[in-house]
Amino acid sequence: MFEYAPAPESRSVVDIKPSYGLFVDGTFVDPVDGGSFKSINPASEEVLAEIAEAGNEDVDRAVRAARKAYEKVWGPMPGRDRAKYLFRIARLIQERSRELAVLESLDNGKPIKESRDVDVPLVAAHFFYYAGWADKLPYAGFGPDPKPLGVAAQVIPWNFPLLMLAWKIAPALAAGNTVVLKPAETTPLTALLFAEICQQADLPAGVVNIVTGAGDTGRALVEHPGVDKVAFTGSTEVGKAIARAVAGTRKKLTLELGGKAANIVFDDAPVDQAVEGIVNGIFFNQGHVCCAGSRLLVQESVADRVLESLKRRMAQLRVGDPLDKNTDIGAINSAAQLAKIRELSEVGAAEGAERWSPACELPDRGFWFAPTIFTGVTQAHRIAREEIFGPVLSVLTFRTPAEAVEKANNTPYGLSAGIWTDKGSRILWLADRLRAGVVWANTFNKFDPTSPFGGYKESGYGREGGRHGLEAYLNV
Amino acid sequence: MTATATSARSDLSELGRSETALRTFLHGLPGVDQVGAEQRAAQLGTRSIKTTAKAQAIDLAIRMVDLTTLEGADTPGKVRALATKALRPDPADPSCPHVGAVCVYPAMVPYVAEVLRGSGAGSGRPSGGPGQADGAAPAGLGIVHLASVATAFPSGQAPLDVKLADTRAAVAAGADEIDMVINRGAFLAGRYQEVYDEIVATKEACGDAHLKVILETGELATYDNVRRASWLAMLAGGDFIKTSTGKVPVAATMPVTLVMLEAVRDFRAATGRQVGVKPAGGIKTSKDAIKYLVMVNETVGPDWLDPDWFRFGASSLLNDLLMQRTKLTTGVYSGPDYFTLD
Repeated sequence: MFEYAPAPESRSVVDIKPSYGLFVDGTFVDPVDGGSFKSINPASEEVLAEIAEAGNEDVDRAVRAARKAYEKVWGPMPGRDRAKYLFRIARLIQERSRELAVLESLDNGKPIKESRDVDVPLVAAHFFYYAGWADKLPYAGFGPDPKPLGVAAQVIPWNFPLLMLAWKIAPALAAGNTVVLKPAETTPLTALLFAEICQQADLPAGVVNIVTGAGDTGRALVEHPGVDKVAFTGSTEVGKAIARAVAGTRKKLTLELGGKAANIVFDDAPVDQAVEGIVNGIFFNQGHVCCAGSRLLVQESVADRVLESLKRRMAQLRVGDPLDKNTDIGAINSAAQLAKIRELSEVGAAEGAERWSPACELPDRGFWFAPTIFTGVTQAHRIAREEIFGPVLSVLTFRTPAEAVEKANNTPYGLSAGIWTDKGSRILWLADRLRAGVVWANTFNKFDPTSPFGGYKESGYGREGGRHGLEAYLNV
Repeated sequence: MTATATSARSDLSELGRSETALRTFLHGLPGVDQVGAEQRAAQLGTRSIKTTAKAQAIDLAIRMVDLTTLEGADTPGKVRALATKALRPDPADPSCPHVGAVCVYPAMVPYVAEVLRGSGAGSGRPSGGPGQADGAAPAGLGIVHLASVATAFPSGQAPLDVKLADTRAAVAAGADEIDMVINRGAFLAGRYQEVYDEIVATKEACGDAHLKVILETGELATYDNVRRASWLAMLAGGDFIKTSTGKVPVAATMPVTLVMLEAVRDFRAATGRQVGVKPAGGIKTSKDAIKYLVMVNETVGPDWLDPDWFRFGASSLLNDLLMQRTKLTTGVYSGPDYFTLD
């Protein structure tokens, strides 16, 4: 046997303060009418820091600071000067990438190899990409002189805390808006470190404001009359509430919500690579991915072989300490999320689907869930319809390409989909028929700042990334 | 692993009897997605192997080295020195394991045999060596195996009877492992039967010696071809499949070896017979070698983590392994002068 010795990344690169205030108007301030809450390490349940909770008055101060910065500094600033700040932020993110990666893994529970190799590099890439647009907006296809909207209220989820921040802040700032961002209550730390990076970059005060807190803070922010634009990534339920709240106002809204993506494997697929894609599709980031390939649709004629390979591959997944460089699957982000995953998995078993997990030892403390697949799942099972947002895959079969399309589209969601086949013509045929914002062919969970991302139906509206992502922050 | 492969085992032995059957089978294997295979290989390369795991991996890698010299300038003196080093890679440290084999041209086999013969447990593939339990090889060698390239290595561009005579001569001179080259021209022209028949004939000429089949993946160019050639070599009776001769610009790579490992894994599932894998050429550092071992571990599992089933065709790799080994035990790096020249 070849046992890998522990290879933990050092925590010493991060300096977590005992408590954090709100980042308003360029400085960290104590809340006026809010309280505080604790952010914990989901892998150990250890308290990492005490975080200020912004109340209505705090949100108001942040929005006013953003308004002032928009009117006095950032809005009038030439694009080429805004670009300089964004490039500077991007470079600082690269310089401090190890620190950001370790902090992200500590606060979120995701494996260090992902925060180090995926999240943080993409964050830097996003800032670099949109920095390039800042002085070229007249050429983005939105008219000769597109204007910013003003103050953007941005609410982001806990699954990719820093990456979602980048997706929101980079295009907003490039287009000339100022922002008030609320990170998720379980993962605020990297956003607060980003605030320090803004200070380090000498970003003018008030351009970026970060208010921490839970649902009430988020509600106060999106309902604040002083914001011109609301951008939300998170659950469909909250997304609908936000849509109702901003209905009838002048606020422009983009929503990136849940998903139940079909990953479709045909009988001529490159099996070994398809299995890698299935694993990446559902077990990447513990399955806490809105575009996760959580429904595997496999052609019946190869189902046994694909499942056999998949199980063999799953037995190789290493679950455990997120800071160990060899960990493939880290901790579930919170007790609440773990409870939800457990509940839906129990429903799956109770409804008659067959449950399988590889033998794997889970740590005693913290929130953990073994990678799991359900076979014998049909469209009528709840685990085939509801977003689990965890490392749980539902396996369904199909017989013909037409049936694959029907089943893939038979969901209220429509964020992403995957196709695995050696036949190029089939990829094009299928991609035309899938009602999903992103369709990956012979790959999965590939992200790039130049490529737009967003959903159909209950997965939301608006696009982030690429030239398309600018539209959400321009008055067009 | 097509439907044919997963059905009854006797089906596979029939494949070599007709060009059509071979072609149908090989072209029915699932394709390899180039991007995906390269991505997976790169991922495996990011594993962090430290402390005890590193020490274990380095010793295993030393035992897996086929210490190789394949130069026109090889002389009896040169190969004797190499064989001596193979037995005791680190003269300063008796706990250092010996390598898996010495690999030379047929003309050099007698000189290597002289050195190795006196070395160990005597006859057969001795059980004294690490994991070398099967007794199917010829008598006369010690603890380190003696591999000879043959079949008009490296191009293989000679008449079949010459290639077979080359093989028999090497075995007669004392080689217990033969590294043959496949007929790439025939393979690329789609004449699979010809390639197959040559391997079968070479295997027969080997007698009890183990046959490693060199695919020369750098000339096959695509991963689909690598997978097909792997299956062809295994169907024809090869005991090992090996990536390269080291004589063309592209030698062993991680993704090529990954595709070959997947092939031996699927072949064993289909037939019950286990075949070894030998990446050769271009693996120069301990870091690289450890990446390969991680790939073996996570693709085919511990059954292949043994010099009987996985080898490195290399020369300069050994000294880097020794250097890292010394660093792990002493905590300091020594200069190259503290390690013997091959």
